[in-house]
Amino acid sequence: MAHLGPGKAASSKEQTGLRYPSNGKTIYHRPLNRTKTAELSQSSFAYLFSEMVSYAQRRVTGIQELEKRLNLQGHPIGLKLLDLLLTREPPRSQTRPLTIIALLHFIKINLWTHLFGRQADRLEKSSNPDTPDEYMIIDNEPLVNAYISVPREMSQLNCAAFVAGIIEGVCDGAMFPARVTAHSVGGKEEGEMWPGKTVFLVKFQPEVLEREALIGKG
Amino acid sequence: MSYYFAIIGTQDNPLFEYEFGTSKQGGDGQPRFAEQARHLNQFVLHSSLDIVEEVQWTNGQLYLKVIDKFFTNYISCFMTAGNVKFLLLHQPTATAGGGGGGAAAASTRNSTSVGANPTSPQTEEAIKNFFNEVYENYVKAIMSPFYKVNMEIRSPVFRQRVTAAGRKYL
Repeated sequence: MAHLGPGKAASSKEQTGLRYPSNGKTIYHRPLNRTKTAELSQSSFAYLFSEMVSYAQRRVTGIQELEKRLNLQGHPIGLKLLDLLLTREPPRSQTRPLTIIALLHFIKINLWTHLFGRQADRLEKSSNPDTPDEYMIIDNEPLVNAYISVPREMSQLNCAAFVAGIIEGVCDGAMFPARVTAHSVGGKEEGEMWPGKTVFLVKFQPEVLEREALIGKG
Repeated sequence: MSYYFAIIGTQDNPLFEYEFGTSKQGGDGQPRFAEQARHLNQFVLHSSLDIVEEVQWTNGQLYLKVIDKFFTNYISCFMTAGNVKFLLLHQPTATAGGGGGGAAAASTRNSTSVGANPTSPQTEEAIKNFFNEVYENYVKAIMSPFYKVNMEIRSPVFRQRVTAAGRKYL
């Protein structure tokens, strides 16, 4: 057909393809906001997450591949949370993050509070002058790793790669393409304060820094 | 006053489009675009994407107001957090009095006529309210676990909601 039908005709045509839930309520009938106390059970999350890890572990040959799969599971969640969390902000502070710092603050404060009920512990910029594109988000004891003991032969693995995927999704969605990886940095010796300490290394693409420099000038 | 509304994905791909007319001042909600103009609207709307890319990094607001103008076509833009653009092309009617036989109704409340002046604060506010309502429904749409980024939005419920928002504010 050469021209578009008017809106009305198009909608009645599409009506046929959709099955409504029996109570007639679709996703559009549900509120976006939720009450502050509406928390989920940690044990059911731990159970689900352990299944996700073992699902990802099937048919992988190495630890890198396993982490990649966990990362991919988290990525779409990040893309969606970015929009959801911004709509939940009060209208005055509803702004899109335009700089790296604003974006990382959004992740450290809003994203972490939504997912884990607290902020991330620290935010750092790489002190190495060769890697100005690297930033670190530090969590002393990631919730996802609470019930996970990594076998000795897989000591490279950090299942928080899933969370890294969520962060990557947020960065990609906000047009700050980045690679995010999770690394365990907690010491193994006795008396270590945070044995599960995890660093999320955020490495932005060169074009992000280029744009950042331009915005800074303007 | 006629409107052409489109949601443009992150790869500059259209996800949703909808044409409607004003429901204020006794308008019947039907678009009054000339037949040739309807093809042109899509070009005009997409050509403003270049301007969107410039404006989006200087202004962190979601609602970017009128960003482009092509003869009598005005383009308002709303950027979501995930870099999906809502674009609304609005075209004020050349003749005063709005659409069709609503002239009598128009005369009673023409002081805050939405659309007579596309850059007036009232029009900006009305379009902002429209965009906000669509955004809320858009976020609900993407919350669906079956929805992936840049997928076309086909839900008739979503279309109904956009229609309702258009009727309510524009």
